Amino acid sequence: MTRAQQQRTAAVVGIHEFPLRKVDGLSALQIKAASAAAALSDAGLKISDVDAVYDAGEAGGSFAGVTMAEYLGIHPDVIDTTSVGGSSYEFHVAHAARDIAVGRANVALLTYGSTARSDARAIGTGGAVAATPSPISNMEDPWGMTLIANYGLAARRHMHQYGTTAEQLAQIAVVTRYHSTRNPEATKALADLGIRETGEITIEDVINSRMIADPLHLLECCLISDGGGAIVLASPDVARGTRHRPVWVLGAGEATKYPENGGDITTTAAAQSGPRAFSQAGVTPAEIDIAMIYDSFTITVLAILEDLGFCKKGEGGAYVEDGSLRFDRPGRPALNTDGGGLSSNHPGMRGLFLVTEATRQLRGQSTSQVPGARLAVAHGNGGWLGTRHAAGTIILGRD
Amino acid sequence: MSKEHWPLPRFPEPDTEPFWRATKNHELRYQTCNDCGTVVFYPRAHCTRCLGASLTWNLSAGKGTLYSYTVVRQSRHPAFQELAPYAIAWIDLDEGFRLLSMLTDLEDPGTVPVGARVSVAWEDFTELSLPMFRVDR
Repeated sequence: MTRAQQQRTAAVVGIHEFPLRKVDGLSALQIKAASAAAALSDAGLKISDVDAVYDAGEAGGSFAGVTMAEYLGIHPDVIDTTSVGGSSYEFHVAHAARDIAVGRANVALLTYGSTARSDARAIGTGGAVAATPSPISNMEDPWGMTLIANYGLAARRHMHQYGTTAEQLAQIAVVTRYHSTRNPEATKALADLGIRETGEITIEDVINSRMIADPLHLLECCLISDGGGAIVLASPDVARGTRHRPVWVLGAGEATKYPENGGDITTTAAAQSGPRAFSQAGVTPAEIDIAMIYDSFTITVLAILEDLGFCKKGEGGAYVEDGSLRFDRPGRPALNTDGGGLSSNHPGMRGLFLVTEATRQLRGQSTSQVPGARLAVAHGNGGWLGTRHAAGTIILGRD
Repeated sequence: MSKEHWPLPRFPEPDTEPFWRATKNHELRYQTCNDCGTVVFYPRAHCTRCLGASLTWNLSAGKGTLYSYTVVRQSRHPAFQELAPYAIAWIDLDEGFRLLSMLTDLEDPGTVPVGARVSVAWEDFTELSLPMFRVDR
């Protein structure tokens, strides 16, 4: 596909990342509504312009989507309640772009809100026990799996299979923290979450931090924060009248991954969703300026960079080890320039922030701005890397 | 090992109940499809390749290799916080199915080689037994 054939049928026109990571007394629904108002204001649109709502149901209650429409006081023509963990928002962007492209919607609203921190939810170490038994819960609950341990299984196998080192994985946390130090909201977030050292960290700092689930150390694990945000997408006609230059959804891909006899847990669902997204956009990984990759853990980023085709499978360690994914090192894409889930914002389902920061970069608004950034990938990974997850890849570009 | 709060499989759950009932007799069972020969695991009432509904239960010898593992150093689950550190593992059984399990009788859970040969080691509960695995020496 040549550039001239690139579809520019839907654009991100409004974004908001809720600034607080400890929201003392606010509900997830209130965060969603406040973020919706701010994202619409960013776009220069009104709530009455919204005709499509995308909602993962993360704020609780029954009838996801319907209750969100009711809470906002609107009657949208399209409701999509796809719920695939942290990747839900890449799926929502993909579905909104599709719905806008075929004329079913003109202005799509995605919202996210979570009070994971205030609820003191032990997301990483709590251990999962299902309310009602299923085949999966019956086969897996007896083994004391935690979320971090699940990613540890993938990391251990990656190290065994390809010789990936702890130092290489640690570099991902080092780069991300560097970007965090340049983002005042991220620095405040770390302080508000009780992290004493909010400055740059070294590979040694990461490796010397406490082991949580081998081979993953504390500083390789994302934060648990409160937070939320919103995204507004619109048709080209609407986008022309909005406040910022449109950020076009050029390609999208979706995929699943789950345990299979003889399967390879070092390969994520990105190996399926990535090629579809790049193919639709008509671009290659080598052209990407900004890589917003879901950093639940360091291994998540390493495996996804490989699977998206930034380097060959198994060579992710060598690809990241020199720190060239920093925004100020040319030649490679800039990784998670907002500070990521590792060092800025992870209320449980981070996928929405991958798109907000990618949009800031393509508008020229990032705190770690890559000069002239034109193309970004936002890749959400929802679920558990060592067992089952969903993946959504979005390619974004500016005019 | 405190067994009081251990999250054991619960029933009715028709797909996995025959697997778990057999563990009381220290039988590690898996299924094969009668139409296409595919090894099916976790247990289901259909084949994961052809969706055929004719499956045979087979008995595994309980021998396999360690595909990957992790050591849980911190868990907040009441059954497991006292047990930590403990090792969770993916086991590739010689019959061709992959089972999530726990490694038992480890001297140092941090130094297990991926690819090691392992054998089933049953941990008995009242109504069933859990198929844990021990590294062969």
